[in-house]
Amino acid sequence: MKFDAPATTNPIDRQRFIGQPLDRIEGQLKVTGSAPYAYERHEVVPDQAYGYIIGAGIAKGRIKAMDLDAARAAPGVLGIVTAANAGKLGKGKRNTARLLGGPEIEHYDQAIAIVVAESFEMARAAALLIRPDYEAQPGQFDLAAAQERAVKPESGDPDSGFGDFARDYAQAPVTLDETYTTPDQSHAMMEPHASIAAWKDGAVTIWTSNQMIAWGKADVAETLGLPPEKVRLDSPYVGGGFGGKLFLRADCILAALAAREVGRPVKVALTRPMIFNNTTHRPATRQRIRLGAAPDGRLLAIAHESWSGNLPGGATETAVHQTRLLYAAPGRLTRTRLARLDLPEGNAMRAPGEASGLMALEVAMDEMAERLGMDPVQFRILNDTRVDPENPGRPFSQRHLVECLKRGAQRFGWAQRQAKPGQRREGGAFIGLGVAAGIRNNLLTKSAARVRLTRDCRLIVETDMTDIGTGSYTIIAQTAAEMLGLPMAQVEVRLGDSDSPVSAGSGGQWGANNATAGVYAACVGLRQLIVARLGLNEADAVFADGRVQSGGNRTALAQAARQGELVAEDGIEYGDLAERYQQSTFAAHFAEVSVDAATAEIRVRRMLAVCDAGRILNPKSARSQVIGAMTMGVGAALMEELAVDHQRGYFANHDLAGYEVPVHADIPHQEVVFLDEPDPLSSPMKAKGVGELGLCGAAAAVANAVYNATGVRVRDYPVTLDKLLAAMPA
Amino acid sequence: MKAFTYSRASSPAEAAAEAAATPNAKFIAGGTNLLDLMKLQIETPAHLIDVNGLGLDSIEPTPEGGLRIGALVRNTDLAADARVRRDYALLSRALLAGASGQLRNKATTAGNLLQRTRCVYFYDPRQPCNKRAPGSGCAAMGGVARQLGLVGVSESCIATHPSDMAVAMMALDAVVETIGADGISRRIALQDFYRLPGETPQIEHDLRPGELIQAVILPPPLGGAQIYRKVRDRASYAFALVTVAAVIQPDGSGRLAAGGIAPRPWRVEAADAALPQGGAEVSAALLDGARPRPDNAFKQPLLARTITAALAQAREMQGKEMMS
Repeated sequence: MKFDAPATTNPIDRQRFIGQPLDRIEGQLKVTGSAPYAYERHEVVPDQAYGYIIGAGIAKGRIKAMDLDAARAAPGVLGIVTAANAGKLGKGKRNTARLLGGPEIEHYDQAIAIVVAESFEMARAAALLIRPDYEAQPGQFDLAAAQERAVKPESGDPDSGFGDFARDYAQAPVTLDETYTTPDQSHAMMEPHASIAAWKDGAVTIWTSNQMIAWGKADVAETLGLPPEKVRLDSPYVGGGFGGKLFLRADCILAALAAREVGRPVKVALTRPMIFNNTTHRPATRQRIRLGAAPDGRLLAIAHESWSGNLPGGATETAVHQTRLLYAAPGRLTRTRLARLDLPEGNAMRAPGEASGLMALEVAMDEMAERLGMDPVQFRILNDTRVDPENPGRPFSQRHLVECLKRGAQRFGWAQRQAKPGQRREGGAFIGLGVAAGIRNNLLTKSAARVRLTRDCRLIVETDMTDIGTGSYTIIAQTAAEMLGLPMAQVEVRLGDSDSPVSAGSGGQWGANNATAGVYAACVGLRQLIVARLGLNEADAVFADGRVQSGGNRTALAQAARQGELVAEDGIEYGDLAERYQQSTFAAHFAEVSVDAATAEIRVRRMLAVCDAGRILNPKSARSQVIGAMTMGVGAALMEELAVDHQRGYFANHDLAGYEVPVHADIPHQEVVFLDEPDPLSSPMKAKGVGELGLCGAAAAVANAVYNATGVRVRDYPVTLDKLLAAMPA
Repeated sequence: MKAFTYSRASSPAEAAAEAAATPNAKFIAGGTNLLDLMKLQIETPAHLIDVNGLGLDSIEPTPEGGLRIGALVRNTDLAADARVRRDYALLSRALLAGASGQLRNKATTAGNLLQRTRCVYFYDPRQPCNKRAPGSGCAAMGGVARQLGLVGVSESCIATHPSDMAVAMMALDAVVETIGADGISRRIALQDFYRLPGETPQIEHDLRPGELIQAVILPPPLGGAQIYRKVRDRASYAFALVTVAAVIQPDGSGRLAAGGIAPRPWRVEAADAALPQGGAEVSAALLDGARPRPDNAFKQPLLARTITAALAQAREMQGKEMMS
């Protein structure tokens, strides 16, 4: 189905299932521990052996020698794979560093071997007998030091400009020029990367944990030199990914290599300490923002420049893109620069670009509001835009940021905020309120599904879409139930199998809208088959309550099914609506924090997000997405930082004791409000993504609240007490 | 995990004798730290002696009016004990500030005293660490040291002791009661129990081969305002940046120990003496000779501010008491 004109009224608008706060259909399986995650799929293939991956102990250099004799002779060992016996390996299109290193080492904890044994403990014990002899080479590990050698990247739309920024900034009566830094961050998802691989007749099946099945399949084929039809991935349950499982990782490819080596299925999980340096991370940024404004608060000039680093061939953190769209101003400039670093591979993490970019931009806006003597909410409202500011002929499909800000301000009690910081004290703490705007684009990408009406009138939906904890199972079932007028209990959803039609996958908050639109398209096809079989008129057929009504006829769907299973497969494809209209989602984030007057310990007291993200397909799972993202925003604001050891070239705090993310006690109260305005330009679902929006701006709202509480402006994330102490008010 | 043998001891004396006679043997109780370290092969015992069945899990009054806490009393039970809550409130608070509920349910009193540092370099066997691999060097020197120590440290090690409980016990002048391989008990003041790293950071305490902690003895209740203040980046389940355990009497005198700054719970006579003068003076006494790293220097002002706040809190508690 081609979607190239705004959606008109369709069966989804009935909202009998769509838009309802339904429980997760797989929830019971998950809370009873009976939804098997990748490492737990004991039943899929017998005789599974255990692999344990060894990571490089240096950041850069080469392995001079690696004696495997002791490990080979260790109890229970079945085989060892290293670069020396792995055969010729390609590299996945989406991988920067090789997933099996050696003899050259590209980063710390790059996999250099996998030991396979009869038990996990045996594999680990044998693996730790291997003590590679390295020849280390110096590397570049410090972004600040590498910044001046950064270059304009070849891809990723690095630069933009509009009007005459230099002139407008020079002439602006009120200006700001500040630098902000964000640290490297780890996805820290609950389920580690894990895979089980088994070979049969030259084809490999990998039960894994992956967000993007089609990408994974293609990159397994590329890496192993196999035709794609010889690769099957299956990933029905994913215990969190946040972008860390968008791409093929070492667990997957080394499980496949190990299984081939030992002639048995092999299961592999990355250990927690390995995840931080072996897999990808959100790269650190250094960002310079310049704002120029008229005394009345109108922005005249905006420039946002960002520097990040990566391994050769790696991408930039696109931290400036939201600045092209968020506020009006005649003079504009954005610039992205990339430095070479020899740290582990930087790549996408939830709201890549926006999360980091808004941590800078929305603090700059707070600072500018203060310089102007304006309320930060009013300052943002004043500079709202109805069109793409770099392309004024191009409107937003919808944009309700002003309403988000107004409703949020009222609901949060923004009027109680003291404009002057450090004024509100309760007991031994300073209290502050902060606001930030959020924007994250709604990305359209094709997505397909197959729907089957079985003889016993069950509706089965099959697509390689994944549910990474987001609620995909449920919203897909809601879509199918809505389209066919069947109860949820009669709908079965099968996800994550690469043998199913290719979906949008889960990433970039594009999964919900695109995957359900693909299911919508397939359901339209199925409705046509049903109508044809029943000899009804398609034009006036209404599917509801298990029946099809057409003309004066009401026919049970079961009747159509009884004559034999009906199968329809289709997908959604998009025309140029996304080029003609800018499609984005918006949020207003509010935070209240307390800062201990003695220790400067910062604790969030309450948060609110008001979200403009099209139709909300399921307010319960959408809310869960937003509060999870807000929690990630608290982590980004206050604690998350991969601590770079600049001498040794790796992230030193590589476990969950050292890399702190918020715990329950850090998150006392969160509220989410959805405007819930269907956007007919997004898809037949009229929905947009919401899973990343909750993060976009959340950290800046917290940082701005800390400033409001204390009067200490920290531009170097995370905002920790050591950065406040010296300047704390008495 | 390397293969190891396992036995269950039937008495403390037998456990100690077995441990002394068996090469590379360790006791295991709660296992909340040891098992993690074994998985990483930071600890590689050849033999584990399970002491959980030894019955050292009761809290009894002492003839002197104090408490004798069995080595196996779980952190959760110790924190909840009515006598501890009433007479040694800072100990209860310290315990509850540590770890998580699940860990406290398993972790024992003796095991808590003996837990190893959380220095990130100690935890990565591929990095040099004089504590883990004597003579290999110290990666924390010039590395990531925000969590690490600044006083009592040496050129070979700047690790901190991670316990909360032990800081409170240090302030309380607790005494460790052990039984040796010869079956003879002895008592070691907690103040003398921990060694400073010097050139031998792998030696962390005064226990002899095979010697088993049987109990921790608290002196009679001290009264006073009892404070435990733990400063950390997140609200729960985090190791301390600094902690302060204090017992403050109405006349301003008292005793104070600090955590998060040193290789052991840190108590200095001159700091106790300075208590009536205020937080800055106490902190200065505690940090005498400090050797901060660039990324942990903030602990100096933080400690002073935290002590000042603790003393203010003590005054407030006493004011309320007087009014009631």
